[in-house]
Amino acid sequence: MNDLRRTLATIYNIALLTIRETQRRRILWIALLMGALFLLIFGLGFHFIMVDFEAEFSAREPAESFDALVANFLMLAGLFVINFLSIAIAALLSAGSISGEVESHTVETMVTKPLRRWEVVLGKWVGFAVILTLYLLLLAGGVLLIAYLRSGKALDNLPAGLGLMVLSTLTMLSLSILGGTRLSTLANGALAFMLYATAFVGGWVEQIGALLRNETAVDIGIASSLIMPADVLWKKALILFQPSVRGSMDVPAPFVAFSQPNENVVIYGALYALVFLLAALWVFSRRDL
Amino acid sequence: MSSPPAIQTTNLRKEFGSKVAVADLTLQVEPGEIFGFLGPNGAGKTTSMKMLLGLTAPTSGEATLLGQPLGDRRARARIGFLPEHFRFHEWLSAAEFLDLHGRLYDMERSARRKVIPELLELVGLADRAGTRLSAFSKGMLQRIGLAQALLNDPRLVFLDEPTSGLDPLGRRLVRNIINSLREEGTAVFLNSHLLGEIELTCDRVAFIREGKVLRVTSLAELQEEALQVRLRVGAPDPALLHGLEQFGSDIRLERGDGVVSLSVSHERCLPQIAQWLVSEGYTLYELSPQRLSLEERFIQIIGDRLTE
Repeated sequence: MNDLRRTLATIYNIALLTIRETQRRRILWIALLMGALFLLIFGLGFHFIMVDFEAEFSAREPAESFDALVANFLMLAGLFVINFLSIAIAALLSAGSISGEVESHTVETMVTKPLRRWEVVLGKWVGFAVILTLYLLLLAGGVLLIAYLRSGKALDNLPAGLGLMVLSTLTMLSLSILGGTRLSTLANGALAFMLYATAFVGGWVEQIGALLRNETAVDIGIASSLIMPADVLWKKALILFQPSVRGSMDVPAPFVAFSQPNENVVIYGALYALVFLLAALWVFSRRDL
Repeated sequence: MSSPPAIQTTNLRKEFGSKVAVADLTLQVEPGEIFGFLGPNGAGKTTSMKMLLGLTAPTSGEATLLGQPLGDRRARARIGFLPEHFRFHEWLSAAEFLDLHGRLYDMERSARRKVIPELLELVGLADRAGTRLSAFSKGMLQRIGLAQALLNDPRLVFLDEPTSGLDPLGRRLVRNIINSLREEGTAVFLNSHLLGEIELTCDRVAFIREGKVLRVTSLAELQEEALQVRLRVGAPDPALLHGLEQFGSDIRLERGDGVVSLSVSHERCLPQIAQWLVSEGYTLYELSPQRLSLEERFIQIIGDRLTE
């Protein structure tokens, strides 16, 4: 009982320390500032694009449904950017979090305290997960609110879709925390980005493959999303957000999904985040410092 | 019942691949003892300390700290550690830094509130409680690191080069802290290149080279045995030098009128040498013992060969 209390206390202390670090080193503020800037641009862009469309199509018959299509498209584009930003920030924040403290020997005074090493890793993961989730929800909330206030439109399945975006970010977090327990900061950051880029490009290949009915291309896409499922989870969220307008725009863009991701993608993503996290706890508990 | 040794190790060994960092570490440190760990760079000092602290897993061998096996959390609750390459979370203030480490020791809030100002006072940083560590000098960091190692009222403290960044005043501060730890019955395991510091603070020392403990001895014993004798004898001959071999080693005929120097292992050799010289018919003009510094003894024991 006391053991559990101490474990939770350590995780809480390290999570708090992690959050305070991003605050004190101004990383959080810069990310929030960039986010605010993005929302401003998005708001302005959204407004003027809507103005254009309304002027052009107001006379025609199906104006209402076309408005919805444009608003939808813009909201999804905005959410895509937020998803991308959150994943990039997940990698940037966490890539050096453990490896950096190993390299600077900061970690030595911590893990010689009466605690278990894995508690430190889990504490960091929890701290980053809290920051990233709040960041993503704040920005996504901003995009959705702007769009709603301007056009009165909203996306479908918001809780489930946003949940998948969070999960998408957490897969990257687990991956880069795991890398940090063994690799140097630079190698780890590069690895995480490369894997994400692979999945991202693989996602495109899959989309185009689906469009052209090319099975090899689809297989490549599936393989890449198994290696790093962040992108396919985003695609899954996209399907949830727009069930009624799916496939109605014929441009292959990262925020348009043509092929329906497998139902098990969500389970795979959750397992991926969990297994990579557990692997990180295990590796760090056993390595020499 | 007497308390268990602060540190006890038996044949502790660490290999990194084919490289042997520590071949055989066998030693015992008693409660309240100040134990110096001496050796050239690359001798395996830091690896030894890391094994004891549970940072690095030994390849083989056994060890206990405060009577508990390595890595035991009950033991770690009573251990303090100041690493050599200390870099702390520099965006924390001094007081926040100590508070964090107090939390990691699972100290109650009331205990932290009481002890943190006391420790800041002890290491002379009371007026810097709110200053961020990023603004600290190397010496100040070393002092706040030392305060961190004393947070939990430890029974055993590991100090890896604790005075390397300090000015003479800072060194005296560390020396005084070590002395008061001894009075409280806290053992200190001190890793230092500064032999003068070791000489002033330690009760016993271990000499380590190439991962092996060459010798463990008390400092008093070391000083007693470490005698260099200078003789001035009329008409020295090869038989004199040969005959002196029974009393000591490192016998040399110096330049100058019949000056011979040798190292002897104990003071009691001095009258024996005088007696022997007279009985052999040599004229003895001078027999003067000189104590060797720890540095000279270090070189005698470790050898003056530089390792890579």
